[in-house]
Amino acid sequence: MQYLGLYNYWIAVILMMTGFYIVISSGNLIKKIIGLNIFQVSVFLFYISMGKITGGTAPIKTDAASIYSNPLPHVLILTAIVVGVATTALGLSLVVRIKEAYGTVEEDEIHSQDEAW
Amino acid sequence: MKDQIVLRVIAKLFIPFILLFALYVQFHGDYRPGGGFQAGVIFAAAFVLYTLIFGLEAAKKVAKPNLVQVLVAVGVLLYVGTGIMGILLGGNFLDYNVLDHHDPVHGQHLGILLIELGVGITVASVMITIFFSFAGRGQS
Amino acid sequence: MIHLLDIILLTFMVIIAFTVVRLHNLFAAIVLTGIYSLLSASVFTILDAVDVAFTEAAVGAGIATILMLGTLALTSAEEKVQQGKIIFPLMVVILTGAVLIYGTLDMPQYGDPKAHIHQHVAPRYIIESPEEIGLPNMVTSVLASYRGYDTLGEVTVIFTAGIGVVLLLGRSRRNKSKEKDER
Repeated sequence: MQYLGLYNYWIAVILMMTGFYIVISSGNLIKKIIGLNIFQVSVFLFYISMGKITGGTAPIKTDAASIYSNPLPHVLILTAIVVGVATTALGLSLVVRIKEAYGTVEEDEIHSQDEAW
Repeated sequence: MKDQIVLRVIAKLFIPFILLFALYVQFHGDYRPGGGFQAGVIFAAAFVLYTLIFGLEAAKKVAKPNLVQVLVAVGVLLYVGTGIMGILLGGNFLDYNVLDHHDPVHGQHLGILLIELGVGITVASVMITIFFSFAGRGQS
Repeated sequence: MIHLLDIILLTFMVIIAFTVVRLHNLFAAIVLTGIYSLLSASVFTILDAVDVAFTEAAVGAGIATILMLGTLALTSAEEKVQQGKIIFPLMVVILTGAVLIYGTLDMPQYGDPKAHIHQHVAPRYIIESPEEIGLPNMVTSVLASYRGYDTLGEVTVIFTAGIGVVLLLGRSRRNKSKEKDER
């Protein structure tokens, strides 16, 4: 039964590694940003899984519940989601400018254009 | 896309409800899941829908880019202003207990309301600004 | 029953992530990322994180997808097929994943109320925030009052991102013929 509980964490690690693989192995810049998003969501999953208490409920005080899940990871991840979208927006605008400057978003073509200068 | 009658009618039906839902989420963040960030994003989603259906020019007439850029800063100023108010009334920075002389809990409510409003205004304006920047880039 | 739903949704997320690795059409990859965010919002709801689920659904499946589609409209829609260059990243990824999974074997039991992170600070917030702040939603009271300074930093980050995008993309692109005349 203990390993069933670890399923959440293992899935988070697998998703993290999938996102990491997309970032390091794909040459297209937009695909890299997609991989970064997948990575971020898996980290959120990891944190929120740590904050869950068995038999608990959402941390909103009602009279019907006595055990609440830990609200601190939720606060941290709320901030992290918003910061993540901010960095994604900036990354995507940089990709647009790179496309206008080099004419391509493939990494190897950009490097070859830089070396040919 | 404004030639498609179904899209136009549905968008006109939905957009007021989306804006109303954003305001609901903003002000009920104290009692139910919600708060400034979610409300700001939903508010911006209404403007994104309007832009997709009716075009960027029409959307820029509704939400003037200069006004939206000013609102980006107004939200942060509201947040910091609430914090400075705490100092002026004798407490620490971002201390809400001193915002109301008689009842600290009421002061907390007031402080949280003001800063969530600031957060909601900034997030909505930033999302609208970013979307307008991306959408306006392709047209030369 | 809830556990079973959790397992099924997480398995779907893994399938989607593996499909995104293999896809070369970027439009399909972006839409699948939106679905991935929405599934993760469902998993967050099952794990009792309702505020987080709300934010992830609105931000991840909404704004991020729209911005990526907007970028796609300004750039190309296909990824170039790569030859080779798979073995080394795969080995790095498998090695890192094995080390991380070895690390998770040491973690406390999933859902244990006596785990270390549920002591000291969290019970204080859960028990005292309804009286000190008076709001039912504990996440809002921690976010806005107890950790209000961090939320100020977060709003400043959003503000900076908006300014950054306006600086990068605000001006309309100059005509290429005008650039050639200036050279």
